[in-house]
Amino acid sequence: MTYVVKPKFHHPELPKNKLGYTHRDYEGKISTLCAGCGHDSITASIIEACFELSIEPHRVAKISGIGCSSKTPDYFLGNSHGFNSVHGRMPSVLTGANLANRDLIYLGVSGDGDSASIGLGQFAHAMRRGVNMVYIVENNGVYGLTKGQFSATADRGSKSKRGVTNTDSAIDMVGIALQLGASFVARSFSGDKKQLVPIIKAAIEHCGAAFIDVISPCVAFNNHAGSTKSFDYVREHNEAVNFLDFMTGRAPIHVDYAPGTVEMVEQHDGTVLALRKLNAEYDVHDRLAAMSFIAHHAALGQIVTGLLYVEQDASDLHGHLNTVAAPLNALGEKELCPGSAALDKINASLR
Amino acid sequence: MPIQSVNDFVVRFANVNGSGSASANELFARAVLRMGVPVAPRNIFPSNIQGLPTWYEVRISQAGYLGARGGTDLMVAMNPQTWDKDVAGIEPGGYLLYDSTKPMPRSKFRDDITVIGVPLTAICNREYTDPRQRQLFKNIIYLGALSALLDMDVAEIEKLIAEQYKGKEKLFDANKHALHLGRDWVMMNMEHPIGLRLQRANAVGDRIFIEGNSAAALGAVYGGATVCAWYPITPSSSLAEAFTRHCNRLRVDNASKQNKFAIVQAEDELASIGIVIGASWNGARAFTATSGPGISLMQEFLGLAYFAEIPAVVFDVQRAGPATGMPTRTQQTDITSCAYASHGDTKHMLLFPEDPAETFDFGAIAFDLADRLQTPVFVMMDLDIGMNHRLCRPLAWDDSRKYDRGKVMTAAALEAGKDFGRYLDVDGDGIPYRTYPGTHPTKGSFFTRGTSRDRYARYTEEGPAYADNMQRLLRKFETAKDLVPRPIQANADKPTKYGVIYFGSTSPAMDEAIQMLEASGQYLDRLRVRAFPFHSSVTSFIAEHDFIFVVEQNRDAQLRSLIVNECGIDPVRLVPILHYDGTPITARFIARAIGEHLDALKITPLRKVVS
Repeated sequence: MTYVVKPKFHHPELPKNKLGYTHRDYEGKISTLCAGCGHDSITASIIEACFELSIEPHRVAKISGIGCSSKTPDYFLGNSHGFNSVHGRMPSVLTGANLANRDLIYLGVSGDGDSASIGLGQFAHAMRRGVNMVYIVENNGVYGLTKGQFSATADRGSKSKRGVTNTDSAIDMVGIALQLGASFVARSFSGDKKQLVPIIKAAIEHCGAAFIDVISPCVAFNNHAGSTKSFDYVREHNEAVNFLDFMTGRAPIHVDYAPGTVEMVEQHDGTVLALRKLNAEYDVHDRLAAMSFIAHHAALGQIVTGLLYVEQDASDLHGHLNTVAAPLNALGEKELCPGSAALDKINASLR
Repeated sequence: MPIQSVNDFVVRFANVNGSGSASANELFARAVLRMGVPVAPRNIFPSNIQGLPTWYEVRISQAGYLGARGGTDLMVAMNPQTWDKDVAGIEPGGYLLYDSTKPMPRSKFRDDITVIGVPLTAICNREYTDPRQRQLFKNIIYLGALSALLDMDVAEIEKLIAEQYKGKEKLFDANKHALHLGRDWVMMNMEHPIGLRLQRANAVGDRIFIEGNSAAALGAVYGGATVCAWYPITPSSSLAEAFTRHCNRLRVDNASKQNKFAIVQAEDELASIGIVIGASWNGARAFTATSGPGISLMQEFLGLAYFAEIPAVVFDVQRAGPATGMPTRTQQTDITSCAYASHGDTKHMLLFPEDPAETFDFGAIAFDLADRLQTPVFVMMDLDIGMNHRLCRPLAWDDSRKYDRGKVMTAAALEAGKDFGRYLDVDGDGIPYRTYPGTHPTKGSFFTRGTSRDRYARYTEEGPAYADNMQRLLRKFETAKDLVPRPIQANADKPTKYGVIYFGSTSPAMDEAIQMLEASGQYLDRLRVRAFPFHSSVTSFIAEHDFIFVVEQNRDAQLRSLIVNECGIDPVRLVPILHYDGTPITARFIARAIGEHLDALKITPLRKVVS
């Protein structure tokens, strides 16, 4: 843990994005997590994705639950409002925030304890409702803040640092997200920034419930031999199905990839994802096939990563509820109060 | 002697749940109202959809007493399952209306009541062949019989049926026909009217007839709520459903046909309050409606909202607890669990409306208070107010009224260089400024957390910073005392050393009890508490009297404890008067209980209170 104040000066020629911001404008407070923590790499990827998309930091709302992962929103986008809420309840807080103002970008950050154990219910229902958000689970299979207990995503047979073998079945959050109707589902690895950054960017642009399971080894409690969430294990068993070259804008796209290796995926809002296929048979539009493919590989001990499913015509909760285009939090008496004349009519109908 | 009474008696309908009796019974109550005579109906129903006993009690009172009275003058006994209990519950000299199609042994009746047998099933079966029609029209037939027995204006009933089936002539004709089947049978076959009669009066005025849950939902519409998240639980479900109905009528944008509201039926109460807190944090007005078990589930979040200072409005339609308790029976039993909801040192604002009209007012004010004080506000209703139609003053709204969004720092203020500390007490009232997410590109953002922080929302575990914040929260609570609705005091005509404190749905029974007590020479000053934290007038009212009765509908005298605890009162001076069997409190109960205490205190000659 570092406790020095983060210096503000930076290299004068640091690259700037369309808004004229540098990376530094997307940073937050200095991390208080352990040196080498996978979560810090995810933080860096979020910063990179927001920088590359030229997002105005204050237009993002960062919401988390409780745990190591849930602390991280303090470490990126310092000019965004953040909300470190209640253990396992980030999804409901985010849902409410999203309903209040549909114009912001909602970034939910959670962990495996937060989302797969105490918060499994809220995770599931936020997916079902299609809340327009990026839901990142920083998945390390262990309770870090309470010093090394198994979490619900720990694989059966994996060993804890104290040498105890886990006998419970693991919850696969990707499988659940797919089953419950998430319209964008991906898995990545905190150690693979090249894969993760484009996935986060695509998830931000996606209109609907976007879920990213990021395997993020815990250097303090779950990075030993016998663990299936260690850096070494994940590297050895990573089965990437595709690689995302993220593109945006609606201009015609010219690419020089060999035929059959790249798929252009146009999203509902007109943005286009260029998907470089690593596994020619994998179809990102087939929810059921994705579920089967992932389960099959999991049985072989492989961790399937990449963009696993995307629904091109996804809809979101605001669409389902048919809410007005203006943010609800911007409406005042004029728009909301029916006035005394309407009340007189109601009174008359009650006599 | 059969009871003789005009416009002052209690009719109780004993039915089977799911038999379609509710609409016929409500029709009866409305018809009395249309004759200009006040009524107070109460549903007494089981936690069940079909098959179990249910009762509908209509108190008819030209004097305007709207509390439950207790006792039954006329029993309409339509449920064989509860026959014995129903017959036993009739006042001596009362009346029993029953279906005489099947002969009943003499032992099933009482000698001190008037028995009125109408062969309802026989009439029904002669007329109808379809079983569902037989069941539904039987209800209308007994209504017809009642209209003759009680000398009701049948034209008023017909008018109500016409309003109900507007545009559906066939249904109107069928119902009218059934009504007259019952009415004509009585007119031709028996002496009528009986000793209980209805006479046209002019005692209703411009009052309206509405359920508290519906009025509360209208309060939320008028108060500017845009987000509602809820989980079905009796007796609060109809509040969220009413909000949906009102919004569909009043809150759809004319041009775009899109909704200026978002309603989510959540997966549980934890998610409901989470959504409310998320929406309020983001600057929308949001609420949930629940009951006791829901409050228990929301505890952790409520502590967060208190500590992180996020507005939230919770309508708690209380029912009998603990555990599942009696989910369809009324109590005022969540006072403690709401006032001190959550772990750690917490205190929350409570509002205690007395009837639907005040529920509308408080329902709207709650959003102003929550925004102004940046904290949860509970509107403490109960089943008696929420799920029964109650006669009350018309709902009123001042069109010049503006929503009080509280201390919200704008982009312009931030740009002008105003110092923003999320938990900085700039005005000395304990209330800091907040910013909505997305306000300004570089200023005014902060990290909301349930962990301890300093005045600028920076994480800290320093003792003094923590204590400083907790003290400020107390200052804020002090500020609230003068912002919440004040208690209403009414003094007896004669000076007295005794007072009574009451709140919420006890109100109509209390008004009546006071008259009963005064009739026997016992005088009490009274204070109706309308909110927590208590205004200073609560303490002074107690100080001005030797003994105070605290009347409430729970076992543990929860409001009394709150007063003792928060106002530093010697508990000996607060005498609890407690009613908690799940039925609404009655004037008879209050007058008897207080009367006995006063007798024991030997302050008046021993005199029996009317009972």
